Amino acid sequence: MIRLPKRFYDEIVAVGRKGKPEEICGLIGGTKTEGIKSVKEIYVLENIDRSREHFSMNPKDQLEAVKDMRKKGFVPLGNFHSHPESPSRPSDEDKRLAYDKNASYIILSLQDEKNPVLKSFRINGNISEEEPIEYI
Amino acid sequence: MKITVSGKIKEYKDGLTLKGLVEAEKVETPEYVTGSANDELYSAKDFEGIVLKEEDVVEFLYFMGGGSL
Repeated sequence: MIRLPKRFYDEIVAVGRKGKPEEICGLIGGTKTEGIKSVKEIYVLENIDRSREHFSMNPKDQLEAVKDMRKKGFVPLGNFHSHPESPSRPSDEDKRLAYDKNASYIILSLQDEKNPVLKSFRINGNISEEEPIEYI
Repeated sequence: MKITVSGKIKEYKDGLTLKGLVEAEKVETPEYVTGSANDELYSAKDFEGIVLKEEDVVEFLYFMGGGSL
């Protein structure tokens, strides 16, 4: 399970809407206790692909985010990205590029922009499993 | 020499390259990793030429990407 403060949900949705039609992306950091991931910070990173259908995080932004997490005592919990025109589910490309089976892969669908759908997944090879989100 | 790797201080022999460190640290899928030494970023093809020195701070950044199709 992943605990996500509502303000971070609001921020991801706002950034996703602003970034549309391109995909937006970022990292999430926080703590892990007894299998529960608690998100304490999110980092919106540049999508250097600047694409409607792909994202690649800017390594410079990644480095700054990782350094900030270390400074605050957080661990990397996973990442998020948007699907501007498709559902909230890992695409074949998402699965192929997911290297960490313990990470949370959060996907925001803005297919219906008035009704954003945000889900979190764990991905192991070609298998993805939705992970419950508790909003706090 | 002492270097900091992913936030932890470690002892390694002098002359270690970034490529050697990737191997020593058993970094997974190194072809998808960008290395940083003291905030300078290096792609995997450059790792062999980067010789680390005392008090260097190294991070490994995994490529993160995907798509909606």
